[in-house]
Amino acid sequence: MTASWKRSLIPFSVVPILLLLAYGFRTDPRVVPSPLIEKAAPPFSLSLFDGGHLSLDGLRGKVVVVNFWASWCYPACYEEAPVLEGGWRAYKDKGVVVVGVNVQDTEQAAREFMRRFQFSFPNGVDPRGKISIDYGVYGIPETFFLDTEGRIAYKHVGAVTGKVFSDQIEGLLERARQAGQERGKVGRGA
Amino acid sequence: MGRKGVICFIISLVMVAPRAFGASSLEEDVRQISTELRCPVCQGLSVADSPSRMADQMRDLIRERLEAGESPEAVKAYFVERYGEWILLAPRREGFNLLVWVLPFLGLTGGAAALLMVLRRWKNHPAPAATSVDPATLERVRREMAQDQS
Repeated sequence: MTASWKRSLIPFSVVPILLLLAYGFRTDPRVVPSPLIEKAAPPFSLSLFDGGHLSLDGLRGKVVVVNFWASWCYPACYEEAPVLEGGWRAYKDKGVVVVGVNVQDTEQAAREFMRRFQFSFPNGVDPRGKISIDYGVYGIPETFFLDTEGRIAYKHVGAVTGKVFSDQIEGLLERARQAGQERGKVGRGA
Repeated sequence: MGRKGVICFIISLVMVAPRAFGASSLEEDVRQISTELRCPVCQGLSVADSPSRMADQMRDLIRERLEAGESPEAVKAYFVERYGEWILLAPRREGFNLLVWVLPFLGLTGGAAALLMVLRRWKNHPAPAATSVDPATLERVRREMAQDQS
């Protein structure tokens, strides 16, 4: 084996290792990419804490925020609870609905949590975990932002911040405005 | 037990046995699928091995879907559709995933080839034999060592 051939082996062994390290360091191992992004949100019917049911199909045409939470999820759920309530109050008259899905919790603890943060947006329970599995939830809290067509536009893992909430909602409302204008043009052209 | 009793026993056995075997086959399928799926809230545990509530709910859902007539493959596909390939504890043997299955064998073969080459080189170029020492030098070294010790 000649010396030059040996030298040429070095990049062959070092470069793939460097590429792997670069990929590994730039990827957050805790975040699992969801295959549901830009796909139709799985439909569900939620039994609400204050009685009645809420069906996702009934919210078509609105921007929907589906948040999976639990009272034992500390501190993330406690950090994001005021953001969700504040976001709901700020945007509920602009075609936005926030829906809370309580998972793996007791009713008493969940009600206490809602009272503490004065939740006024619809909240219901997923007693058998069907909704959370349907949405591919692997950790609490997780929040899904749905566009007016009922597609999942974005999934946030961990506590939602005010910036994430307003950026996503503004983006989706803008997308809905543009889609409305496009439809108007097509309608006028026909 | 009279003749009637025996007949009753056989009839009840015939009626119950298929249901019992069916149930065990269903549980076997639930167990098999659960061992292939990752528990999403655990660290490297399968749905079958995890005592978590979520794994429990996933096992219930698997059972429910099988009872509804879905094949085990369809049930696994449902979970992959929701969570991605990540939910499978062993990646599928297709496309890019094949690298995971092929690379260890390639590494082993490469290592064995390198070892063979080194061994062959050693065989062709044996280590030089120890050179004979001049008796006068040997004597001088012994003398010096004896002086050091004294």
